[in-house]
Amino acid sequence: MTSGPAAPYAGLRARAAVRAERGPGGRTRITRLRSDGPLALRESGGAVYVVGAGAGPLGGDDLELSVEVGPGARLSVRSAAATLVLPGREGAGASRLAVRAHVAAGGRLVVTPEPVIAAAGCDHHATAEVTLDEGAELVWREEIVLGRHGEPPGRYTGRLDVTAGATPLLRHELRIGEDATSGAVLGDARAAGTLLITGADAEPYAEEGLAVLPLAGPGVLVTAMAADAVRLRERLTAGRRRVTP
Amino acid sequence: MDAVLLLLADSRLPAGGHAHSGGLETAAATGVVHDLATLTAFLRGRLATAGLVTAGLAAAACAHAREPAGNAPPGGAAPRARTPDGWERLDAEADARTPSPAQRRASRAQGRALLRVARGLWPGFVLDLPAGAAGGPHHPIVLGAAVAAAGGVPVRAAQIAAYGAVTVPASAAIRLLGLDPLGVYRVLAGLAARVDAVAAEAAASVRAGGLPAASAPALDVFAELHDRAGTRLFES
Repeated sequence: MTSGPAAPYAGLRARAAVRAERGPGGRTRITRLRSDGPLALRESGGAVYVVGAGAGPLGGDDLELSVEVGPGARLSVRSAAATLVLPGREGAGASRLAVRAHVAAGGRLVVTPEPVIAAAGCDHHATAEVTLDEGAELVWREEIVLGRHGEPPGRYTGRLDVTAGATPLLRHELRIGEDATSGAVLGDARAAGTLLITGADAEPYAEEGLAVLPLAGPGVLVTAMAADAVRLRERLTAGRRRVTP
Repeated sequence: MDAVLLLLADSRLPAGGHAHSGGLETAAATGVVHDLATLTAFLRGRLATAGLVTAGLAAAACAHAREPAGNAPPGGAAPRARTPDGWERLDAEADARTPSPAQRRASRAQGRALLRVARGLWPGFVLDLPAGAAGGPHHPIVLGAAVAAAGGVPVRAAQIAAYGAVTVPASAAIRLLGLDPLGVYRVLAGLAARVDAVAAEAAASVRAGGLPAASAPALDVFAELHDRAGTRLFES
């Protein structure tokens, strides 16, 4: 290596984990709660909150969260506030957040964080791989806001892979990039989101900015687009009301 | 490209492709697409999402069809042998990438029509799909298998799928919006390099053991709105 400008910001590397198990009497206990760097986890009011410790993710950050829900246990994962994804220093590269979750037989995982805001200049890759055992349930909400007020969004890729037993239930990626403003993708919407509810059923439904989509496998995907995060949440909630149970 | 592959890319192939608009009918009805500029943006977005996903599925199906039949040896040391459940797995992967029921039906209807054509062209053409694949096989999977039957490689299957992802709605736009055909073909020519790039990305992803899953929320909404619309010229 030749000498050159100061080494680019290498980014933070964090590995956080949470495990929920069904204890005696049927109550769920959090038996593991490992915070790491910017992924600070807090247990509060029956849910585990991801509390952003510091700004970001920033370009170059490499974050992983492992979630394990034991047989018959119930876990709710939320976030304390919206996540603002920012660019790193020049040359820092992309930021990454990888979530791996496993829900054992009869378990239930509900992941409903606050929106992710893709700030101008960011380059973020979020992946989530969820595996569900027999009779396990999942509720997974994702909301993306395209930039802070009045700014164009950076690049964002969010991919969700849900496998029930050996069968893929949903493989869904949203890319915010140069083609997102296409009328085929998001048009002029500034916020987009999905809500997956496994094991549920619904009649297919659509109106402007909202679709309720029964999957080929057991579950429903509610997908919505809106001018801002508030109206996006309203649409996802309206879609949720069409899903039973 | 071999001429036999050009047949598979030709919209005049009697496989029912002309009956579908790829979401454009609803996009035109709601005013989202109304001129060449909005059509260009629509096609670019469709290519980057549905185009990439169908190109990946077509490439994977082509690669699968080209593998020697037989059980894969244990341990995964030589994954190049066709597994008995391969078609079923691809069918499930296509379903998992198509949350809209209307789009799943449209894909299977077009797959069924293409299967009929492929069986006519290659009498030995088989696609061992599970009996439960209701409504027929997904279109990109039949396309990939047909490209293999024609001696083509996965990237060619991806290219034909990506090409169809823009030419189908472009043809519909000429009929529905009365756009100047010359102008529409100028748009398509401008997208040709992107079609090739998407096909290359899809084929590379498949070679690396992946499958793209890019979604298009607006196309999902359009597909379901179309299903509920009263008077329609196109099936989807």
